[in-house]
Amino acid sequence: MAPSKKTPVDAFAELKGPMTREEARIESSRCLYCYDAPCVTACPTHIDVPRFIRQIAAADPLGSAETILEANALGHSCARVCPVEVLCEGACVYHDWQEKPIQIARLQRHATDAAYAEGEPPFEAGPDNGKRVAIVGAGPSGASCAVYLRRLGFQVTLFEKRKLPGGLNTYGVAEYKMDQPTAVAEMKFLFKIGCSVVTGKEVGKDVPVADLRSDFDAVFVGIGLSDTRSLGIPGEDLPGVVDALSFIERVKAKGGKGVPKSACTVVIGGGNTAIDGATQSVRTGTAKVVMAYRRGPEDLSAYDFELEHARKDGVQIVTNAVPVRILGKKKVEGVEFKDKTRIACDRVIKAIGQTKHFSLAKAFGLAQHEDGRLKVNAATLATSKHTVFAGGDAINGGKEVVNAAADGKRAAWGIFRELFPNKPAPAGNEYWISTIDGRKVAPITPRSHS
Amino acid sequence: MKPRLKPDLSVDCAGIKSPNPFWLASAPPTNSGAQIMRAFEYGWGGAVWKTLGQDPPVVNVSSRYGSMDLGGQKLAGFNNIELITDRPLETNLKEIYEVKKRFGDRAVIASLMVPCEKQAWHEITKKVIDAGSDGIELNFGCPHGMSERGMGAAVGQVPEYVKMVTEFVKEVSSIPVLVKLTPNVADVRFAARAAKQGGADGVSLINTINSIMGIDVETMIPKFSVEGKISHGGYCGPAVKPIALNMVSQIATDPETAGLPISGIGGISIWSDAVEFMLLGSSSVQLCTAVMHHGYRIIEDLNAGLEGWMRRQKFAKTTDFIGKTAPRIVDWKKLNLHYKSVASIDPAKCISCDVCYVSCNDTTHQCIDIDRRKGNRKPHVLQDDCVGCNLCSLVCPVDGCITMKPVDTGLKPLTWEEYTKNGMKGYGEVYRRH
Repeated sequence: MAPSKKTPVDAFAELKGPMTREEARIESSRCLYCYDAPCVTACPTHIDVPRFIRQIAAADPLGSAETILEANALGHSCARVCPVEVLCEGACVYHDWQEKPIQIARLQRHATDAAYAEGEPPFEAGPDNGKRVAIVGAGPSGASCAVYLRRLGFQVTLFEKRKLPGGLNTYGVAEYKMDQPTAVAEMKFLFKIGCSVVTGKEVGKDVPVADLRSDFDAVFVGIGLSDTRSLGIPGEDLPGVVDALSFIERVKAKGGKGVPKSACTVVIGGGNTAIDGATQSVRTGTAKVVMAYRRGPEDLSAYDFELEHARKDGVQIVTNAVPVRILGKKKVEGVEFKDKTRIACDRVIKAIGQTKHFSLAKAFGLAQHEDGRLKVNAATLATSKHTVFAGGDAINGGKEVVNAAADGKRAAWGIFRELFPNKPAPAGNEYWISTIDGRKVAPITPRSHS
Repeated sequence: MKPRLKPDLSVDCAGIKSPNPFWLASAPPTNSGAQIMRAFEYGWGGAVWKTLGQDPPVVNVSSRYGSMDLGGQKLAGFNNIELITDRPLETNLKEIYEVKKRFGDRAVIASLMVPCEKQAWHEITKKVIDAGSDGIELNFGCPHGMSERGMGAAVGQVPEYVKMVTEFVKEVSSIPVLVKLTPNVADVRFAARAAKQGGADGVSLINTINSIMGIDVETMIPKFSVEGKISHGGYCGPAVKPIALNMVSQIATDPETAGLPISGIGGISIWSDAVEFMLLGSSSVQLCTAVMHHGYRIIEDLNAGLEGWMRRQKFAKTTDFIGKTAPRIVDWKKLNLHYKSVASIDPAKCISCDVCYVSCNDTTHQCIDIDRRKGNRKPHVLQDDCVGCNLCSLVCPVDGCITMKPVDTGLKPLTWEEYTKNGMKGYGEVYRRH
């Protein structure tokens, strides 16, 4: 396939734009309003999808947004970045009918866009319960946790080492899915509930862990993952070898303009981050982009629709390609593989996964799995240390924003129960708490059973 | 190859003949001669002229129409507060003459509305006959505006007035007279009987239904208004069809009016809607909302649809099927209490939306269950409990997935009428009772 001829300017336009009111009305009318709907089960945050869609059909987008944001405080970004093809939309009963599923993500965006245009979150802080919680990392899990903690009446302070809050939503999402201002605006919107946000300060470096433990009643650790793994092959330090997340971050920072030109880029990796690296590279004007994956095509961990997207962008996907050496004298000139084949290139993007934050885990004294993930109680997300909770990529090794959002919600309720055993949640929190494990369907007894 | 059957679509409604049963109802699509000639060029069988009245012509307001949209369907219900023609009588008469001269084979029916005075009715009747009309329709149905002036529905709601004015017109008319009936009455049969007693050659129904189309909840003023205020208008469009079908069937089956020619009106949008009206006894049909929505061109698919259906059904002419279904509309007391049908869900077609499950269990008879073992979501019917109400098959989004299957109870037919005549004996239990 010929490389994309799109100019960088067009290339960064959103793939899935907003719906017009008419589109949303027609699409929402298609929803069958399934009972005990599979889309709700498929969503890690268990948003009541049929209900919010029905509210759009009933011309109540703000009510719809409230339904969404109750179950998922990050519903605004999830509507843009969720891999809905394998979650809610993948579960839609329309598939059984050989029909296109309901465009749940775009409808969700239609609703949350209305709420964001309105400017005020549809929720408020609960009465002060006198306890303070520190949140380490203002990414998706931390932001979600902060919102629900505030609703339960906690005082919340988020510590973020980067300049901007939002974590990977702000720095690591392909631009055509969600741009940086949208990610930052989401944080601003959510923090209107009343959170202290300390940015540019790294816990364990600028803020001692001991201070957090003494100044706060509980801590939520939402630190994500650390640096991209190294290839461990010669030539890795040559100029022109970059890691995927730094590359995407640089693309996002200047809308693709601050990135050096490349005639040919080799992306090493087979996951969704490798896809983002490859497609973003195409969109910055790279004529030839090759994605090289060390194992067979059946092992590619990227979603099928992401691979399809990369192919449409003109990315060549090469499998069973094990890199053994980065070629070049003063800068990258190519990659050599185990079978002695070489691909000439002037940029290599590494996307072979990230390492875990071992140091911070150690500083808190948290138990870890062998691969570095923090050990947690699955029901409450409590770590091995009393009053320390964790969620997001740090416990799952790297999943979706929606998983992090679900974790933040679950941990908030876990923190409440640990600090206030036997105490009911303050009024107004019943609904979102019922969504943590999915709302139970009322049992129905047919006549003959009664 | 056998020659293709070429059905004859022509009709004779109360002596008014047209090459097909599709007439434009008296409404904006029949405002002027130029419009009606354009409609006839497309193939319309007839046109009932926008109601003529006395000069000076009426004055109209702005706006005049309102709509109710349902899901993706625009104009599912439609309403208007427009009055009768706002053009001078002489202009309309001249154009009737021109239309008839150019389209002699089409039906041109003059709709009339003047005050309840013999002299007035005599004068206008003679004028429209002289202009060349094929028939007359007495507008006793218009529910808004004119009714406040003692005309339209104000006449149609009083059977004595219906009879009296019909007699006025019949005294001088040499052409067929249809009486257009209002649905805004408790029982439409009284007005139909009065029309027949007054000598009407037929009736046309339904006219529009009193309606307010809605309120804008943000501004709290009527959705469609004249400077923020509205009066009730006449409701029509697809949403009113079942009401119209019922009224048509009532007149077709009433012993006093059975056989009285009917021109059926009310929510007809496609050819099969028209067939339904004809099966219940209408010998012509009239359309307005669908034309207001899509223009005269719809006559092409109306004619093609009717012709194809007649060919498939092997009907050579329209009288082969007009009124065919009317005998199946009966009183409740004549329905068979011993007939049983139960729902059946085809698991191969079921998409597990479980809408039937929740609707049956929350609202009707609690006889659909789901065996949730192994993650199954497909519902099944508890056939002993099912009363055959139909709801599940109606809410199911998949064509042919839920069907109602007759069950042989081994019992002889028994109606309520017979059952009560027998001193309530002889009913064999058909459905389980709890």
